Amino acid sequence: MSEIADKVKKIVVEHLGVEESKVTPEASFIDDLGADSLDTVELVMAFEEAFNVEIPEDAAEKIATVKDAIDYIEKQKAA
Amino acid sequence: MGMVGPLGLGVENVWSRLIAGESGIGRITHFDPSDLPAQVAGQVPEGPKTEGKLTLSEWVPVKDQRKMDRFIHMGLVAATEAVEDSGWKPQTEEDKCATGVMIGSGIGGLQTIYDASITVHEGRAKRLSPFFIPSALINLVSGHVSIKYGFQGPNHSVVTACATGVHAIGDAARLIMFGDADVMVAGGAEATVCPLGIAGFCSARALSTGFNDTPGKASRPWDKDRDGFVMGEGAGVVVLEEYEHAKARGAKIYAEIVGYGMSGDAYHITAPAEGHYGAYRAMGAALKSAGLTPADIDYVNAHGTSTMADDLELEAVERLFADDAKKLAMSSTKSATGHLLGAAGAVEAMFCMLAIRDNVAPPTLNLDNPSRESVIDRVAHTAQQRKINVALSNSFGFGGTNASLLVRGI
Repeated sequence: MSEIADKVKKIVVEHLGVEESKVTPEASFIDDLGADSLDTVELVMAFEEAFNVEIPEDAAEKIATVKDAIDYIEKQKAA
Repeated sequence: MGMVGPLGLGVENVWSRLIAGESGIGRITHFDPSDLPAQVAGQVPEGPKTEGKLTLSEWVPVKDQRKMDRFIHMGLVAATEAVEDSGWKPQTEEDKCATGVMIGSGIGGLQTIYDASITVHEGRAKRLSPFFIPSALINLVSGHVSIKYGFQGPNHSVVTACATGVHAIGDAARLIMFGDADVMVAGGAEATVCPLGIAGFCSARALSTGFNDTPGKASRPWDKDRDGFVMGEGAGVVVLEEYEHAKARGAKIYAEIVGYGMSGDAYHITAPAEGHYGAYRAMGAALKSAGLTPADIDYVNAHGTSTMADDLELEAVERLFADDAKKLAMSSTKSATGHLLGAAGAVEAMFCMLAIRDNVAPPTLNLDNPSRESVIDRVAHTAQQRKINVALSNSFGFGGTNASLLVRGI
């Protein structure tokens, strides 16, 4: 697992108070990890802060799963 | 009933420590108070539940804690204890809709607002937590309690500074009388032992500053050496229920709310007027609503904050009770707990109910030399065993708001 994926996972565990084993790439923040709409706003902010990236609102809306977040951040970092 | 405060967690634990004459006041540990003139407060002791102390994770899931200010934590802890104690866990839609919540706060999420202000000041407004607003809003204690238990009746909140707790219980009782609900979870919560809270009341010259090295002596209602109130944090919540409704389900009943009175001073933003006629009228209104006379009252839990206003309240009580004053017991439990602001009235109303249950008047600590003599027994230093059937609780707040609650044994 990449460094980014590792860090994303850690942030999700910390913010949503879920077990690490549940944070699979396919896991949906809302459907599988118990987040509500405000939790997802906060998560995106935490990603922005941790990776020093800007995630505009329209992009943030498309981030529904752990993998979505990892892919988006990896793409930003590669650019 | 549910309670958390400077004397600890849990109604019975707090009550027994209060009766034993213990003080919950100590040096401020929530932050370094060295820069401030007032350095003592009543803070909730941390530790395991089994020791009558608070470990927040035993009450509020860790992931939810940062979504709410500490005053909401306090309210949730007290409400949880109260609901468990009441045994009222409505399952049907009808019962849930007949159960409401009215928990207030004097100030609300002060520390949360302070932290958020710094984020904005640092030019990081876009990093402000989406939970900032719901964390700071006063009515969110009622909101969280309703969500936790599914109570879908009236969801309301009171904000009347230091009179909040009494207003919340009194107003909630009236909602039941008016048929808006069968059951109301009511009370107050506060957590302002933070730099902004202490500094703000220091600026208003309201806090005790002369007992920083002897915290247990700082809160001394009616004593001639008193020099301001001592801030406390915590929450008090009761479950109020329509009498027949409670009886029908065999509920544990502590006492009956028999009277409630309110008034406004229309005088000054922070000080009561000479003679404290506002207090006099609030107490009179409570008696009138109960159809009782001063002769019926056995115990008064005074507002008694350890400020100059203590003697004005005393004067108002003497005037109202006249010849009946000499058989009255009146104490200020703020001498042990400090002043829990918006939670004070709720916690003290519960002390009245427990005083009735156990026929004990809790003491006024540190009342060594009264600044004003009185025929009223102010229960100095040690609790007194005496027959108590009806008790009155007073709470007065900034803005000149006064509220009195009358409770009677069943």
